[in-house]
Amino acid sequence: MKKIISGNEAIALSFEDSGGVFASGYPGTPSTETLEEVARLGNVYCEWAPNEKVGLESAIGASLAGGRALATMKHVGVNVAADALMTLTYTGVNAGLILMAADDPGMHSSQNEQDSRNYAKFAKIPMLDPADSQEAYDYVRAGFEISERFDTPVMLRTTTRISHAKGIVEQKGKVEPKVGDLAKDVPKYVMLPNFGKIKHIAVEERLLKLQAFAEESPLNRVEMNDPELGIITSGISYQHAKEAFPQASFLKLGLVHPLPEQKIRDFASKVGRLMVVEEMDAIFEEQIRALGIRVDIGKDRISLCGEVCADIVREAAGAPATSAKTQPANDLPLRPPTFCPGCAHRGLYSILSKLKVFVSGDIGCYTLGALPPLSAMHTCICMGASISAAHGIAKVNEIAGRTEKPVAVIGDSTFFHSGITGLLSMSYNAGNALVIIMDNRTTGMTGGQENPGSGRLIQGNPAKEVDMVSLVKVLGIENVYEINSYNLKETEDAIRRGLETPGPYVLVDKNPCILRYRVKKPLVQVSADKCTGCRACLKASCVALGLQGSGDKPKVAIDPNICNGCGVCTQHCKFDAMTVASGGSHESI
Amino acid sequence: MKAFNIVIAGVGGQGVLMASKVLAESALASRMDVKQNEVHGMAQRGGSVISFVRIGAKVHSPVVLPGTADILISFEPLEALRYLHYLKPGGKLVYNKACINPSTVAAGLATYPGDVPQRIAAACPGARAIDALQVAQQAGNAKAVNMVMVGSVMKGLPIDAEVVEGVVREISRGKGEEVNMAALRGGAATA
Ligand code: SF4
Ligand code: SF4
Repeated sequence: MKKIISGNEAIALSFEDSGGVFASGYPGTPSTETLEEVARLGNVYCEWAPNEKVGLESAIGASLAGGRALATMKHVGVNVAADALMTLTYTGVNAGLILMAADDPGMHSSQNEQDSRNYAKFAKIPMLDPADSQEAYDYVRAGFEISERFDTPVMLRTTTRISHAKGIVEQKGKVEPKVGDLAKDVPKYVMLPNFGKIKHIAVEERLLKLQAFAEESPLNRVEMNDPELGIITSGISYQHAKEAFPQASFLKLGLVHPLPEQKIRDFASKVGRLMVVEEMDAIFEEQIRALGIRVDIGKDRISLCGEVCADIVREAAGAPATSAKTQPANDLPLRPPTFCPGCAHRGLYSILSKLKVFVSGDIGCYTLGALPPLSAMHTCICMGASISAAHGIAKVNEIAGRTEKPVAVIGDSTFFHSGITGLLSMSYNAGNALVIIMDNRTTGMTGGQENPGSGRLIQGNPAKEVDMVSLVKVLGIENVYEINSYNLKETEDAIRRGLETPGPYVLVDKNPCILRYRVKKPLVQVSADKCTGCRACLKASCVALGLQGSGDKPKVAIDPNICNGCGVCTQHCKFDAMTVASGGSHESI
Repeated sequence: MKAFNIVIAGVGGQGVLMASKVLAESALASRMDVKQNEVHGMAQRGGSVISFVRIGAKVHSPVVLPGTADILISFEPLEALRYLHYLKPGGKLVYNKACINPSTVAAGLATYPGDVPQRIAAACPGARAIDALQVAQQAGNAKAVNMVMVGSVMKGLPIDAEVVEGVVREISRGKGEEVNMAALRGGAATA
């Protein structure tokens, strides 16, 4: 049966159809739905790991124990898992193992634009780069075969427009999962230096064998048409190039590492102009040039930054763009994402913004506190960095004789991911920062996934629920208190105490994510008589608020379809103009 | 056949993705190739959303380029104006009249332009504005705005209306099927 599914769903489905036994990963756009779909399909064991390294290591264990394994993550998650990956390439696998890395060219929802193809080169392992949902499905099957045949982990790389775009998929026959023996082979799996030296040679030999495989594998396909223009490409770039030049000749790479040298030479010799179309880094182009082959059109004409589209390909090859040159209206107010109406982060950032403290931020919904009008975040690097960076800042503040105590803001999932070690360091090294953990019991920004604090597994059944305050205490932090960010006065007092008290100080807000837990509160109304139009409440930065009427001082009105009654705007109002509407709860989100 | 390009714009939480799903499934049910794509980054409600549905004998790229959309459906006036440049010359635009403040306006950092319908009409004389919220409410649920919007363009699609209706029934079976059907038909009646 044919169905329309996303690349992520196709990977999950194929994992199930290809004898998959164990899957793990950490949520991260655009990879998240893959593991969620494995859980939804429900026939193969899967779990959320607290971070990508744990996810990959667990998948390694699963492979050792004889089960085909999958680890899913976004591109930056591979950095976290890289420690495991770089030695996993030496040990190889017992049962097949696939690491799915989802890149985000164009940075739709990421902090950088790194190209995961570099990791395949770095780790000297094969990488598959599907061009649509059907290939995403097919390449999982192919990936397990390659993994087991060549004794190697395989990277399956997607990009946002593969992971999230939906296309038609036809399922293939099912491979029944079979679990092999638990491998006990010391020289193969214990990477002491002497064993490692032997395995390094095996890695280099394996790469040569994979190169030979790349030459003959149908994963790398030549489509000879008009030989005037020959395009070497892969993944989503293939679709854009095909859209731009349906009549051109293509060498469409499915296995993007290692490259098929001879196939490339043959193809290049048969075409007039050779064009390489790849998003982000010049991975193919550099290797092709290193073979001594002339590339006529490549990164000199296609940016290293952002996504490729059919018009970029057309213009790079000297053809006119087809899209009309209509300009977007650029004077319109932007509509960036913001905290959901009713979100607890709104109260916290109202205060942080007011106190004008230095805020070391982290990855999550709360990163949006950096945007105006809140503008209360001053650094955000990677998962967990808020606490460690605040620690470094505090130390240098101390050295410089500055009295300002920095504040770190981190969510529960990010804290479990890699904030714990930062806090441990702060405790051990007698740091001096205020850490605020927004423990909303979910991984909010990626759509509300379960985590070690949510009390549920990925499938939804009950799980051990880690208590945040006890966890913080056990790291050696004596000053840890709960706060309720919906109460601005209380929150401000608690933050002030934290800033005045020397040493590490932790505040934990336990209000649930209102989106994930569908929290609905009675809505707030503005009395037009009392509202003076002072706009103090607009500092709450809530989309339910708006100005009504014209004139010098239009009054504030609250959209009853959007408000979720958190009361934060109410506390900004000095004229008592805002009240909770009677009539109990309502549907807003 | 050249791909038929549909762009659906709106605000996070309005049901743009469900509308896209209906159109994509309808294409599959009509034995055509289809690619559907939206960029959904963060979970929070209230951000600008744009989704592409491309239908044809064979569709390669999932992305609709500016100036090539046959139809633009917008769930909100400001978003219609924001993505108007996606329409090809002579392309059709239908938008929902109800305004939703962007966070920048709600925070007092910007104002919602007062002349959005005029600017749309000037750039796209055939544009249709409909009161999708009212139609949805009449159908029984304010959230069925997405089905009203799908209904409003049904006549201009390279897909039979019965196929779309069948898909809506299928997708919403047991989950407000009748409301969605009424909303779809209510939307169609606006055309
Ligand atoms: S998803 Fe949850 S945590 Fe994120 S902004 Fe919305 S309510 Fe807040
Ligand atoms: S309008 Fe006020 S009470 Fe309602 S959700 Fe927004 S900030 Fe909270």
